[in-house]
Amino acid sequence: MNALYLTLLLPLTGAVVLAFCGHKRIAGRLNLLFCIATFITSLRLAADVFFHGSILTPQNFFYVDAFNVYLVLLNSFVGMTTAIFSSPYMAHEQSIGKVKAGGMRLYHSMYQGFLFTMLLALLTNNLGILWVAVEGATLATVLLVSLYRTPKSIEAGWKYFLLCGVGIAQALFGTTLIYFAAVQIMPDNNQALMWSVLYEHASELEPTVLLLAFVFLIVGYGTKIGLVPLHNWLPDAHSEGPTPMSAILSGLLLNIALYAVVRFKMLIDPALGSNIAGHIMMAFGLLSFLVAGLLLHRQRDIKRMFSYSSIEHMGLITFAFGIGGPLATFGALLHMIVHSLTKSAIFITVGHAAQVCQTQSIDKIRGLIKTQPEIGWGLLIGTIAIAGLPPFGVFTSEFLLFSATIKSFPWLVISLLFGLSVAFAGLFRHVQPMVFGECPTGQVKVKANMWPVAVHLCIILWLGIAVPDVLAGWIDQATIMITGKGVL
Amino acid sequence: MNFTVLTLAEQIILTLAALMLFTSFLLLAQTRLLTLIHIFALQGALLFATTLVIAFTYGRHHLLISAALTLGLKVFFIPIQLQKLVTRLDIKREVEVVGNPSLIMFGAAALVLFSYYAVLPIRELSMLATRNTIAVSLAIVLLGMLLIISRRKAVVQVVGFMCMENGLMFAAVAATQGMPMVVEMGVALDVLVAAILFGIFFFQIRTEFGTLDVDKLNLLKEVD
Repeated sequence: MNALYLTLLLPLTGAVVLAFCGHKRIAGRLNLLFCIATFITSLRLAADVFFHGSILTPQNFFYVDAFNVYLVLLNSFVGMTTAIFSSPYMAHEQSIGKVKAGGMRLYHSMYQGFLFTMLLALLTNNLGILWVAVEGATLATVLLVSLYRTPKSIEAGWKYFLLCGVGIAQALFGTTLIYFAAVQIMPDNNQALMWSVLYEHASELEPTVLLLAFVFLIVGYGTKIGLVPLHNWLPDAHSEGPTPMSAILSGLLLNIALYAVVRFKMLIDPALGSNIAGHIMMAFGLLSFLVAGLLLHRQRDIKRMFSYSSIEHMGLITFAFGIGGPLATFGALLHMIVHSLTKSAIFITVGHAAQVCQTQSIDKIRGLIKTQPEIGWGLLIGTIAIAGLPPFGVFTSEFLLFSATIKSFPWLVISLLFGLSVAFAGLFRHVQPMVFGECPTGQVKVKANMWPVAVHLCIILWLGIAVPDVLAGWIDQATIMITGKGVL
Repeated sequence: MNFTVLTLAEQIILTLAALMLFTSFLLLAQTRLLTLIHIFALQGALLFATTLVIAFTYGRHHLLISAALTLGLKVFFIPIQLQKLVTRLDIKREVEVVGNPSLIMFGAAALVLFSYYAVLPIRELSMLATRNTIAVSLAIVLLGMLLIISRRKAVVQVVGFMCMENGLMFAAVAATQGMPMVVEMGVALDVLVAAILFGIFFFQIRTEFGTLDVDKLNLLKEVD
């Protein structure tokens, strides 16, 4: 129980402390320290849930079960490894004058603030607070997107702010509708937004209201997931901000929004008694998967390219949750882990590559493997992993997703295979010359800390060869919660 | 439904709902920035009045805090800040060309019809006498979106955004007699932070682009 509160309090304290001393030299270390502490408490929390089952705090305010605790762990882990990368990276950005002292303070404070809002979104049991936290995550990161104060970054920030704000407002309307349906059958208004309470009464809720609510919720949170056609802000925001931000935006924030959608789907399915919600998710997911794969080809900015790859993968996961069987859900949950580990590793590598070549333009990044082999290899292996080649974890989860699709919707496998090969071609067409091409003059080696990348890729490799029993059991528990049946 | 069979409070709430919807139309038609901000404050005041009426009629006293927040944020803080900004940036008298005013008005009317159509199944079911209010609040949210997409000035987009927030708050207050306290506080906090961030952005955009026309924000494209 204490671990739960500490997990939330630590990043919040971090945000306040770093707001005062975020510009000092020590700030990067301090940021990392807070992240490590958060990771340790979330490990403890995970152990609690593992040994004693779900936790529900008094007044039902927080709720931790197998589904959100593994995302909490993932969040604090990636937050920590990205903080390891962020410290020297941001020091370098400051030394070349891209960020000033005030910017560094904002950056460090909001790094912790962002982690806090994401953890709050995961741990809260109150659907209203879930909304507040997801919107809070937007607000925490919006100034970080425009941190460099270039015209492009300001445009990206404005787009991110307005589009996500407008989008997420739809989700609040959806939440209000759910509340409206809930107060009709529940005497205590204060409990009517509690997920655990709603879940018990899910089958009594009025289905027409819930379906209308879900449409608003998928549009609202779907904007945050980056589902096509609501994705316009995502490549801009992910490419113009500082790279550590791109890593946690792509790796973590998208997962949180998807988590919200799945939580709502769990409420709506029993009430509707059919899989309409799932079909809506499948349509959005498949569209995102295909369109993002095609758009990959036409990108000139390396970070934009990998943001489209994020859209593609989130589309695939949304699609899988939409199918809804145990196997598809298991695969989707696993894919959330492997995607965020791989994608954050890639963004860390890309950040270093951009510093080596002093540009983010794909055409100008060449011959990384000669200039600085560890970055070249990192990018190559990361791309192999994200494209879904064996023996990496993405292959495992995609294989599961494909098997599930063949079982339920055999015809859709063709479009999935098509999308996958288009994305594969798009990625390698750009990455191959960046890694192996002729090395231009003027490239300098930078101080790169590749440990986070190595650790992430090793975990992905491990998950690709054998998913450990503990993790598989955990995901299986979450699958049972979501679909009612397990895989193992 | 016969209007006169409703209780006095319900009649007042429905009238306020109609007025709020009307102010949304006014916002869409208004081209002068300063007047636009004043109308937005008026809409906030109507929301405040609705919240008060519901708080007293149904004895939901926690709604008084929500009403105070609405009064402070939507009627005073945000409009005054916007007005100061508009004066400072000297765009007070600027008149904005609205694409095709009559077309936008027709679009707005269609959106209202659509809102009623979308919530029709709920209307049949609801036991609450304020069943029109969900349709009206949905319409206000959609009209706010229309305002955002039909204009070029960043200030107007912010007003549109806040207008959407008004619609959402109206739904929460009028249709469900207020969300739980902690949620309302959280939403108000988000609105406050958003308002401040918008202000920061105005200055960043103004410094880098020399204008608050968001048409100039066209450097980033989907494909090159």
